[in-house]
Amino acid sequence: MAKVLVVTSGKGGVGKTTSTAALGAALAQSGKKVAVVDFDVGLRNLDLIMGAERRVVFDLINVIKGDAKLEQALIRDKRIETLSLLPASQTRDKDNLSEEGVERVINGLREKFDWIICDSPAGIERGATLAMRHADVAVVVTNPEVSSIRDSDRIIGLLDSKTEKAEKGEQVEKHLLLTRYDNARAQRGEILKVEDVLEILSIPLLAIIPESTEVLRSSNLGAPVTLGSPNSAPARAYLDAVRKLQGETVVEVQKQRGLFSKLFSRRAA
Amino acid sequence: MSLFSFFKRNTSAPVARERLQVLLAHERTIVGGGESDLVAILREEIMAVIAKHMAVPQDNVQIKMDRGASVSTLEVDIEIPTDIAASMRPAA
Repeated sequence: MAKVLVVTSGKGGVGKTTSTAALGAALAQSGKKVAVVDFDVGLRNLDLIMGAERRVVFDLINVIKGDAKLEQALIRDKRIETLSLLPASQTRDKDNLSEEGVERVINGLREKFDWIICDSPAGIERGATLAMRHADVAVVVTNPEVSSIRDSDRIIGLLDSKTEKAEKGEQVEKHLLLTRYDNARAQRGEILKVEDVLEILSIPLLAIIPESTEVLRSSNLGAPVTLGSPNSAPARAYLDAVRKLQGETVVEVQKQRGLFSKLFSRRAA
Repeated sequence: MSLFSFFKRNTSAPVARERLQVLLAHERTIVGGGESDLVAILREEIMAVIAKHMAVPQDNVQIKMDRGASVSTLEVDIEIPTDIAASMRPAA
């Protein structure tokens, strides 16, 4: 059965689009049928990171409005046959995203693909809430930095209360993707450590994506990092993440909970 | 303290960690499940109690909250105009 995964963060610029492209490509490389969907209406960028910016004809809003069929709007990746992109509209605004329209598109995609990866816009407004609305799995992208962690905490709260699963009394499966991590700086106490972030956010770790020049290099070339630079450290981390996402049992990093997290454990929504 | 800060000079991460823990503990209670803001409730109720006994203008009441990791303080500062203070003396 198809799985809907949202890549979200609250804060902008932490690596949602880069991660959507990398995870989508990595899943497709493993033979899965994957659609990556850009929900950032008005500020689309997934097309650019995927290297498909010159092939966009129709977009998500066109499909929602009925101007185009889903099949017409989906752009097939030239490198991996099983990977498709549904771009966001660049000219319309997010008010054109209707709840019922998004549901129709997601249901249509569920019939054709194994994984539907929704690239959420930053913020907590319409685009972001609709991107997470139908998610089975959430990847919360976080930088080891105070504002990113605070915003991720807020997003986790929304995943636990405003999604379809949460409203049915179920749980969206949440994973932390710690990006732009510099281990040497963490060891020197200059940035927060993985353990700190995990204790504060208390969701299981999917992967740590190390800070690397390869990420920008791949973006420049219009290739997801797992394709553009498959042997680089970030690519290997994304490939590991995808293995975990598909594994029967996701390896949970369950560390001893400190007194703080016992006292202030997140209340079930 | 100076020796302590000398050794701690480059390790700002523990400060970040502590600030986040205090902040998020608070934000989770107000945002998480729709529980209303405790400070807002306290402010309203304190104002109501004061209004019951004396006519102090709203602007004369300052309520401040300082959240700490283990202890939080609530500071209520009421500026009572002299004429009201005089009328509060027990009747002769």
